[in-house]
Amino acid sequence: MPRVETTRTSTPATLRVTLRRLAPFVKPVLPRLFGGFLCALGAGIVALVIPQVLSWLVNEVLQVGGASQQVWIAVAIVAGLGLLEAFFIYMRRQFVLNPAARVETTLRTRFYEHLQRLPVAFHERWGSGQLLSRSMSDLSLLRRWLAFGAIMLIVETVTVITGLTLMFFHSWQLGLLYLLGAIPITVKAFRFRNDYRAASRLSQDQAGDLATAVEESVHGIRVIKAFGRGRHLYEGFSSQAQTLRETELTKAKTLAGFLGMVVTVPQVVLGIGLVLGLWLCARDEISVGSLVAFFATAAVLARPVEGMGMLLGMTLTTKTALDRHFEVMDAHNDITSPENPRTPEKLEGRVRFEHVRFGYPDQAGRARPVLQDVDFSIRPGETMALVGITGSGKTTLLNLVPRLHDVSAGSVLIDGLDVREWDLDALRTHIAVAFEDTTLFSSSIRENVLMGVEDGLDETAAQQRLDEALDVAQAGFARELPEGVDSVIGEEGLSLSGGQRQRIALARAIAAKPRVLVMDDPLSALDVRTEEAVSARLREVLEGTTTLVVAHRPSTVMLADRVAVLRDGRIDAVGSHTHLMSTNEHYRYVIASLDENDSSMEVKV
Amino acid sequence: MQHTGVSNEDAITLSREQRKSVRRRSFHLLGKLAAPQKRLLTLTVALVLLSNAARVALPMLIAYAIDHALPALRQGDFAALGIAGGAYILCAILGGVLLGWYINSAAKMSQAMLLDLRLRVFRHTQRLSLEFHENYTSGRIISRQTSDVETLRELLDQGVSELASSCVFILFTLASIFILDWRSGLVICVAAIPLVLLFRWYQKNSEVLYRESRVVSARVISTFVETMTGIRAVKAFRREKSNDEKYTTIAEAYRENSVRSFNLFGILQPGLMLIGNLAVASVLAYGGFRILEGSMAVGVLVALLLASKRVFQPVEGIAMFYSSLQSATAALEKVSGLLEEEPTVVEPEHPKSIETVAGHLEFKDAVFGYGDGPVIMDRFSLDIPAGQTVAVVGQTGAGKSTLAKLIARFYDLRSGTLSLDGVAIEQLSNAELRRHVVMVTQEAFLFSGSVAENIALGRPGASLADIEAAARAVGAHEFIAELPEGYDTDVNKRGGRVSAGQRQLISFARAFLADPAVLILDEATSSLDIPSERAVQRGLQTLLGNRTALIIAHRLSTVQIADRVLVVHDGQIVEDGTPEELIGAEGRFAALHKAWRDSLV
Ligand SMILES: Nc1ncnc2c1ncn2[C@@H]1O[C@H](COP(=O)(O)OP(=O)(O)OP(=O)(O)O)[C@@H](O)[C@H]1O
Ligand SMILES: Nc1ncnc2c1ncn2[C@@H]1O[C@H](COP(=O)(O)OP(=O)(O)OP(=O)(O)O)[C@@H](O)[C@H]1O
Ligand SMILES: [Mg+2]
Ligand SMILES: [Mg+2]
Repeated sequence: MPRVETTRTSTPATLRVTLRRLAPFVKPVLPRLFGGFLCALGAGIVALVIPQVLSWLVNEVLQVGGASQQVWIAVAIVAGLGLLEAFFIYMRRQFVLNPAARVETTLRTRFYEHLQRLPVAFHERWGSGQLLSRSMSDLSLLRRWLAFGAIMLIVETVTVITGLTLMFFHSWQLGLLYLLGAIPITVKAFRFRNDYRAASRLSQDQAGDLATAVEESVHGIRVIKAFGRGRHLYEGFSSQAQTLRETELTKAKTLAGFLGMVVTVPQVVLGIGLVLGLWLCARDEISVGSLVAFFATAAVLARPVEGMGMLLGMTLTTKTALDRHFEVMDAHNDITSPENPRTPEKLEGRVRFEHVRFGYPDQAGRARPVLQDVDFSIRPGETMALVGITGSGKTTLLNLVPRLHDVSAGSVLIDGLDVREWDLDALRTHIAVAFEDTTLFSSSIRENVLMGVEDGLDETAAQQRLDEALDVAQAGFARELPEGVDSVIGEEGLSLSGGQRQRIALARAIAAKPRVLVMDDPLSALDVRTEEAVSARLREVLEGTTTLVVAHRPSTVMLADRVAVLRDGRIDAVGSHTHLMSTNEHYRYVIASLDENDSSMEVKV
Repeated sequence: MQHTGVSNEDAITLSREQRKSVRRRSFHLLGKLAAPQKRLLTLTVALVLLSNAARVALPMLIAYAIDHALPALRQGDFAALGIAGGAYILCAILGGVLLGWYINSAAKMSQAMLLDLRLRVFRHTQRLSLEFHENYTSGRIISRQTSDVETLRELLDQGVSELASSCVFILFTLASIFILDWRSGLVICVAAIPLVLLFRWYQKNSEVLYRESRVVSARVISTFVETMTGIRAVKAFRREKSNDEKYTTIAEAYRENSVRSFNLFGILQPGLMLIGNLAVASVLAYGGFRILEGSMAVGVLVALLLASKRVFQPVEGIAMFYSSLQSATAALEKVSGLLEEEPTVVEPEHPKSIETVAGHLEFKDAVFGYGDGPVIMDRFSLDIPAGQTVAVVGQTGAGKSTLAKLIARFYDLRSGTLSLDGVAIEQLSNAELRRHVVMVTQEAFLFSGSVAENIALGRPGASLADIEAAARAVGAHEFIAELPEGYDTDVNKRGGRVSAGQRQLISFARAFLADPAVLILDEATSSLDIPSERAVQRGLQTLLGNRTALIIAHRLSTVQIADRVLVVHDGQIVEDGTPEELIGAEGRFAALHKAWRDSLV
């Protein structure tokens, strides 16, 4: 659904604070950046010197009837200076571009690494487009600023200060007057800074949301087509894109106002200075030479002053981009390995939920937690089915085992050890998951199935795993695809049928050969026949693997040794299917489908 | 290999004809985007020229003031002083105001072009058929819409209009050189030869680099998006480390490519400067000898030299512009390729219309296979009278969804026909077809946004009461009401805020609200618990009324409400009849049904 997300307003950090955070990355390349600065300065000086040298050469060195050697000397000097200028420019780029690009890439990969480790809860809130824009455009702004903006800002500032000093040297009265012009600009600069920063942040956020809208419009294309809502979505996108345009225009307007002022005020002051200077000159208080020199310097300063305004804008944009970057980097990752992870004494696959309480972060305090007090254990090697009505919290409970979420209170223990005390990687190596919505990747079937196997498996062993997993999951169809198990299955596996996708996802969980297997309604998309076949094979391989399986149908329950009934955030009862059928009314309500209607149908048939 | 649309999109070195054709379509697109902005462009260019003229006038006014106003002032004449000062201030203000105006109008122009491009791409990707989307990943589309559009923005920000003022500046300066001494002017013109050669060299090399840059950046983006979309699996199967490596490799490749193009430009820019400076030296050499001869005045040479130094100044800006033009062209090559793709499922030019739709579906000798792949549905005919409720059952991968998607016209038949109330569905306009035929897909996809918005997708503009009624009908109202903000609760990215079953219920409510003549349900209740499923079925019975319905389900409880059952096997309809008939017939369905009954308790 296209919409502008609420802008994430946190108190904006000052420029200095933001830049300081950049320091660790910039420090190693600082000498090179400084070299670049020197080259830029050098190039600037040579550029200033060349015209002086030219007039000097022509006026002083070349004379009618002089030796031709003099001409060559002059030409050599000019050519040499020209070469020097080009060399400085070349070196400036050499110095800064590579390191700037390196900083950009370092930050980009760090960003990705950080995102991969942030909890699922974070990803549920953030659209991929928004994250993408922070990783791509925001960081390329940084590169540009490092390589160009920052250096030129310093160079221009140095130039302006030098020029100002010279102006004071030529005439302190006029210099003072010129400096007075800085007052309104400074005042304006404050307003500009706030306005421009706000506009720039808003436009970056909106661009991110626009990318999110694109992403959703592509991932949801089937639904959009099925309902013929392309037009509707287009309108939403279009209004979002127009909002972005408005923001960009506001931004441009702010910049235009500021730059217009930066260009106008010094010149107006100079206009007054011209009148004053002429008057002073007429009274012989300053010499004509000084007056000319003063204005010549002022003319040279016009570009750098304008440049400073422009670069200030660029700096602000980069700042907001960096803020956005650090905002994500600051997101706290509370699902990490403990400092001193422990390993259980014996790995047997015992799972215990101990007074587990869980509520999703955003509903904290508002509604009752999804899981109130879940307390039950699964014996090593046992298969336990989890049954409950839609929305009762089965998936939520399952997610606690591989720590996709952490409990709010109580604990989940595996082999007697709280999952939060395990090394995260080790924990997840022991656990494999088959999700309810099959998350496949657009690579080959082989890669998808072998995703969870331990590293360093040799080729034949891997092939064996693959074959076995495909067999158990009844996914032999994969071998009949055009390129067999190496066929690429399209984005999210959408070139497979629903049941085929589910079986690949199941095979993936089986191939990992976990101690503990968690399956969320793993047979929902299978027909009865295939389901039977899969169940039969599953029961075999599950021998010795502790399994927690969410079940909506009696057929899935049949996989299990015991059943746990989840109700109102608690485990209502645990027992065998037959036992529960006779003792637990809620269980009968959830799982039994033979009610009066059915019986009547039986009669009919 | 043929090079139209997005086929061969990742190719970096192209044959001559290929290159020519992609360049042409890229420039063509640029032209199309620029054409409506002609007036703004003219205005912007005029503003730049005027603003620069006002600012160029300033030093002249100073010269005038010192040469004329000062002596006059010494004579006690204040008028000249006033004129000079006044004119200076006026020009200063004019220069600033025009500059501000120029920035605004340049932004207006570039934003208009960007908006145009974004909307074009969006509209077009939405128009393209599923077949296209299955092969072209979302990451690519996102990269077309973000980083490719961004390069166009860079080009436009680079100051298309300043280019005009640079050119005018060069022309004027060159003219002044020719006026001073035409022979020196020729010397400068000779310098243009290496200049052009250098530009040619740069163009050739940068084109390839920028093309590669687009391909690599699309890869970076696709990898990023896929990881973020599948983050749960990434975590559960510990892909973080190997993903890190993969992403780092691609990001490094991207960096390397950028550095190579920076280096290329790093030769162009100083190279241009060097050529300019050497040209100045040549003018000096030439002029120097003429001074020795006495055939040129010293003052003239000074003026000549300063002017020739200045004439090369804007070349740097032009080079910058040229480089972003190259980059934008490379991006537009890709975008225009995407825009060139035509939907395989096309809307008719002169659509037919059905006055009052009954919902009679008929396949005749239909054959279908995905893309160029094998035949999936082999030659079949099927007649579904209006108002019939048909259950479609069969093994997974048999072709049930395929059949459903054909009716929804996600794909077109390879041969044979499919008609709705006697009108071939290819002849119905998209809007009309979607009004009559609605499908709940096997994947219950929710968009981020509120529950109400998601249901309303079935009928935009539906009142809240209607939305609630639809939710009640499928038994979704209870849980929605319990959400913290009820119908206004944000379901988060892809509906992650609600459970799988709840997602299905919302999708179902959506279809209920759409109220079509033909309703297709593909496994719409697979993730529901039995009580909810039963509630949905009760809702269905009232909903279906005299609608045509095609219900695909593995749980045969649905069959109870069906008038007719189709058994699909290996792409063929192998059994067809009323449930009672088929159960009695001891065929596949009977066996399936028995297995299902046995599984119940
Ligand atoms: N990310 C989330 N944020 C907030 N609430 C959530 C989130 N995910 C689920 N919920 C809510 O928590 C409850 C339990 O959801 P869960 O997905 O665990 O249900 P479930 O038992 O798996 O249901 P189903 O059988 O439909 O899959 C639901 O009411 C749901 O709306
Ligand atoms: N987009 C696609 N591109 C190529 N092949 C496809 C595509 N979608 C499905 N197939 C293939 O077509 C065949 C039929 O698929 P279909 O989705 O119609 O099966 P189904 O009967 O709906 O199965 P299920 O019960 O598992 O959903 C399968 O072999 C599948 O691999
Ligand atoms: Mg669930
Ligand atoms: Mg299907």
